[in-house]
Amino acid sequence: MIEFKDLSLVYPNGHQGLKDVNVKINDGEFVVIVGLSGAGKSTFIRSINRLVTPTEGELKVDDDNILDYKSRGLRDLRTKVGMIFQSYNLVKRNNVFKNVLAGRLGHTGTFRSVFNLFSQDDKALAYESLQRVNIDDKIYSRADQLSGGQQQRVSIARVLTQKPKYILADEPVASLDPPTSHQVMTYLRKINKEDGITTIVNLHFIDMAMEYADRIIGMRSGEVVFDGPVSEVTEETFEEIYGRSIREDDLRGGAEEDGEQNE
Amino acid sequence: MANKMNKPTMNEDKYAPLLSPWRVKAKISLIFFVILFFLIYSSEQTGVNFADLIWGLSNMGQIFDKLFPLNFDVLGPAFDRLFETLHMAIIASTFSTLIVIPVSLLAAHNITSNWLVYNTTRLTMNVLRTIPDVVLAVIFVGIFGTGVFGGIVALFIFSLGILAKLISETIESIDMQPVEAMRASGANTIQAIAYGVAPQIMPQFTSFSLYVFEINVRASVVIGLVGAGGIGQLLMNQFSFNNYGAVMTIIIVIFAVVILIEYISGKIREAIL
Repeated sequence: MIEFKDLSLVYPNGHQGLKDVNVKINDGEFVVIVGLSGAGKSTFIRSINRLVTPTEGELKVDDDNILDYKSRGLRDLRTKVGMIFQSYNLVKRNNVFKNVLAGRLGHTGTFRSVFNLFSQDDKALAYESLQRVNIDDKIYSRADQLSGGQQQRVSIARVLTQKPKYILADEPVASLDPPTSHQVMTYLRKINKEDGITTIVNLHFIDMAMEYADRIIGMRSGEVVFDGPVSEVTEETFEEIYGRSIREDDLRGGAEEDGEQNE
Repeated sequence: MANKMNKPTMNEDKYAPLLSPWRVKAKISLIFFVILFFLIYSSEQTGVNFADLIWGLSNMGQIFDKLFPLNFDVLGPAFDRLFETLHMAIIASTFSTLIVIPVSLLAAHNITSNWLVYNTTRLTMNVLRTIPDVVLAVIFVGIFGTGVFGGIVALFIFSLGILAKLISETIESIDMQPVEAMRASGANTIQAIAYGVAPQIMPQFTSFSLYVFEINVRASVVIGLVGAGGIGQLLMNQFSFNNYGAVMTIIIVIFAVVILIEYISGKIREAIL
């Protein structure tokens, strides 16, 4: 369980990233955070694994206030919180398998990892993760030879190899085309359901949020302005979150099977 | 004057802009005249002129007369000392490539966030790099006595300075996103460096190490002249005995081996990058 209690974050330059956020995310939920760019979506997500550190309030992960964590505690926290990035963040010169094995670093001792001494179990797990996102045929390809969608699948495999309790995805489809975006979201959704991993995704596409989320949190200038199950969300809700009427580029489009979801 | 057609003039309809604004042209011209002034002023001050060059050339004939015939008796010791030179270069290059790993990480601002450590390392390396190889050799021959050991230490310090600069700049230019991903998945600093930084700098690291080895081979000849062992020392000895035939033989041997090493190492570096 992740619990935000009166959480605020002011950046050193004075910009308010988060403002009195009170949110409770239950285990196994698939939460999508929506909002315009600069609304604080990234800050929200990056607070949970302390890539940024909130300045006020409490942030509890599994009933432990993570704002007190120092290096050892941080490593343990990050080992159980996996992250997926907009630009995939793979080591481009390394092959796919090495990139996926990097997901085990948090579980592996420094000496063993520096000399590539991963256990057979780790390697088997990494391969199984590749199979789950259907990219096992590229195991020895260099990461920079893959398309964007393939790279994002490799980064999902890396997170799976980490065996996390939570997955954070920061705009995972912003650099992808519509069909690939749906593919990536479908994998995230599938993993959430099959493994029961709590998943929090930042999106700015309304139709995708509606299609994949259990619950939507809307943010505007660092504040949570909407929080509820996807069934309660209407077009007016988004207009409220965005502070303006909905436009063409707020929609990703291109859902393969079930088409128009955004009414 | 010849290109009058290309010059924009007021009475033509078309406006053809200058390649660069006139202020830029004026600056470039000014810089040209400043350089010309310093050139003339320096040759005035040092008393150097072209006539000296012409007169000097006539002495070349004399030198060439002395250099030939070649003295092949020196070939044996020449190769012995040449291998000594190569050993010096190999040992110095190996140690400097090992030591440069932590040093260049400390001198890269995207890895070392501690301002004091970063600047101290940078400053130390910059100071090291300002000392010429021959001066280092004189210092360490003074400390450890004539011979190979002082030479190796001098080459080590010399190549460490060069490598630290090249490699820390390579580290600073890497893509930090994978490193962020590793920190976010619970990797510690050493793991993030081994998995996120090392693969990105490996080709340049190998190439620079070979390059420094090339430099060390050449430098070890030069520092031998001041008594730091190797073939340079043999060259200096033969020179002081006016044994010019032997000197020329040694020079040809050095020339051949240096070219061979640079060719091989150049090919390897081409293949890597």
